[in-house]
Amino acid sequence: MVSKETIKTWTEAGVGVIQLDRPKVLNALNRKMVTEILETMEAWDRDDDVAVMIVTGGPKVFAAGADIDEMAEDDSISLELLNQFAEWDRLAWVKKPIIAAVNGYCLGGAFELALSCDLIVAAENAQFGFPEINLGVMPGAGGTVRLTKLMGRAKALEWLWTGDYMTAEFAKANGVVNRTVAPELVFEEAMKLARKIAKQAPLSVRMIKEAVNKSVDHSVYEAMQFERKNFSMLFSSEDQKEGMRAFVEKRKPQFKGK
Amino acid sequence: MFETIEYRTENNVAWLRLNRPDKFNAFTEQMNFEITKALKEAERDQEVRCLVITGNGKAFCSGEDLAGVKEDTDHAEILRNRYNPMVEKLASFEKPVVAAVNGVAAGAGMSLALACDFRLMSEKASFIEAFINVGLVPDSGNLFYLPRLVGHAKALELAVMGDKVSAEEAKDLGLANKVIPLDSWEEEVTAYAENLAKKPTKAIGLIKRYLRKSWDADLSEMLENEAYAQRTAGMTEDHAEGVKAFMEKRKPEFKGR
Repeated sequence: MVSKETIKTWTEAGVGVIQLDRPKVLNALNRKMVTEILETMEAWDRDDDVAVMIVTGGPKVFAAGADIDEMAEDDSISLELLNQFAEWDRLAWVKKPIIAAVNGYCLGGAFELALSCDLIVAAENAQFGFPEINLGVMPGAGGTVRLTKLMGRAKALEWLWTGDYMTAEFAKANGVVNRTVAPELVFEEAMKLARKIAKQAPLSVRMIKEAVNKSVDHSVYEAMQFERKNFSMLFSSEDQKEGMRAFVEKRKPQFKGK
Repeated sequence: MFETIEYRTENNVAWLRLNRPDKFNAFTEQMNFEITKALKEAERDQEVRCLVITGNGKAFCSGEDLAGVKEDTDHAEILRNRYNPMVEKLASFEKPVVAAVNGVAAGAGMSLALACDFRLMSEKASFIEAFINVGLVPDSGNLFYLPRLVGHAKALELAVMGDKVSAEEAKDLGLANKVIPLDSWEEEVTAYAENLAKKPTKAIGLIKRYLRKSWDADLSEMLENEAYAQRTAGMTEDHAEGVKAFMEKRKPEFKGR
């Protein structure tokens, strides 16, 4: 286990785990934390020992939001020059799958972090929301964008305007959360899912993420062209040969990510 | 710390006593908030492994203090602000909760007792669905819990008729787990609660959680829920102790972890 200033990280069985670690402030995200998360993810993205990543806040709380003290004195010019959200763009460029394991509150910037992940496994009693409006501001790291893409305009507006918290059940029913489980078993469930994906052909996993993300932002025509290129590309891989040979020979394939 | 209730813990049992005896422990805004606060405290306190809710004086709780009702009172807002958070807190409370119904439990006072896990009734105690007698409908979870305890038809009858239900009748209906004679009341309630406090608390919490879920789940979902519950219980110290004690042919000593 590696303890950084704001997070702890470790890897087990092909899964890299990032645990938010500012327990005294309910894991409130500050700029340092975002930097450390990004650095870790980018390093793991090039590390053959990590196939899938998990972000968790631990068994009590994912994170209660962003660090308000840090930004209370900012003005628009200082924010422009700081350009802090550029790091959030880079989070979206990470090629390997990222799973958020959410217990308890997942609010504001923390909800944006979870939405930046590919999949969310949540405790049945987890709560999600964007309370930014109560502070006279709004989400700034993709909240209005990603929530809208997932649940549609009308629903997203309601949650963003009221600042109310949605239940994990509601979030699941509206396409935001993949799975809800008992609070005690969130990490275990996320780990199971991560291991399952980690066993799949790594290049397929990678090309699928890229193609699905492309389809969110582009026309059906363009996204299908893109999908086709990725599909073709996989036929240059050893794993495609191995996968199809194993299928014919009725045995389990051994994928290498090559 | 509290003015309308008393709260103390002893032998792993938290005792929450409604304490407005001259008003038959009728709810006020302050009392609702204090109960909810005490519930949070009992939930947080690792030493607490059972909670008892009872009333000081003659009554358990006579429901909302009608002295506070005015012409422009918005009853829905009273429920949302004061009662519903209290009932929700009880519903998510993962330790055993005993309502020690020492006297009359009327209206929302009855609802409070229904929201608990176990109802012990003094032989002098009674339930009254008093809402209808002032032109209102049962609230604070009453319409949720009552049919689950006594069945639809009986729940409807009790809610519409608003008659007094004696302790003996309550026992026959399944509303009371036990009726206790006056002279051994304190002692039997204490023994009942302290027995619960010695059991594997985490497993009780899981039983509560998943029994509740069973009301809106099908068999396949419940089988999966049971698997989750058992996985969680299977990781507790109390389970390890239970197995160990069984092997060693002695009584287990559970710690609630």
